Amino acid sequence: MKLGIQINEGPYNHEASVTALNYCKAALEAGHEIFRIFFYHDGVNNGTRYATPPQDDINIADSWSDLAKEYDLDLVVCVAAAQRRGIVDEGEQERNGKDGNNIADGFRISGLGQLIEAGIESDRLIVFGD
Amino acid sequence: MATKKFMYVNRKAPYGTIYAWESLEVILIGAAFEQDVYLAFIDDGIYQIIKGQDTTELGIKNFSPTYSALGDFEVSKIFVEKESLEARGLTIDDLMPLKWEEEDDDGEWIEKDSITVISSDEMKVLLDDSDVLLNF
Repeated sequence: MKLGIQINEGPYNHEASVTALNYCKAALEAGHEIFRIFFYHDGVNNGTRYATPPQDDINIADSWSDLAKEYDLDLVVCVAAAQRRGIVDEGEQERNGKDGNNIADGFRISGLGQLIEAGIESDRLIVFGD
Repeated sequence: MATKKFMYVNRKAPYGTIYAWESLEVILIGAAFEQDVYLAFIDDGIYQIIKGQDTTELGIKNFSPTYSALGDFEVSKIFVEKESLEARGLTIDDLMPLKWEEEDDDGEWIEKDSITVISSDEMKVLLDDSDVLLNF
């Protein structure tokens, strides 16, 4: 089955992103295809490479990056939500005159149309959040 | 591109969290994709479309006028759960009169109400019939 994934909550504060991570791993291992993973609301905070959780804790952003690399996943951070919360890639850095960027490996920033497209193109859109 | 039934379920009060406003942003972008769009307002979500919202004291943007523009984006199938209204002592008259315009056989544009109040049993059927369900 072709799956679209939407993640609405930030890492650590809420279990939704780790649940989504485990779900995606299980789905991929079972042979399902993931069309796209879309990060919205505080979910965009999954996509910063600047997080440094304690060493005995999971690094959620790194886990997403590793999974994306292993399975060639499309991790998309919503641009409007990212701009509000300070998630920045090189393009956004240049456009908005910021002094740096913090997007994690394997993530890209794009528009909400990517979420709608995931809804259209996937057999199921699975939403993680409250 | 295939046409699917997109159902946006709005469950949260408008200003305590950002879900309502960012949901509305998805709905507006999604309207450009020519999908079959439905909106449901349940639980505290019905406060999103209540009349007379004033956020002056909060110091944050009042985005409620945007709901009145939904008709212009051909978003006209808006369903409010009856039980959620009743539990909060509200009626449809407390909600913004959201409208859309339909062209009749004579080429006249007729203004119609976008909001329909339905029971939770009817809401269940509506949710079950949707292809893509986005929960906010």
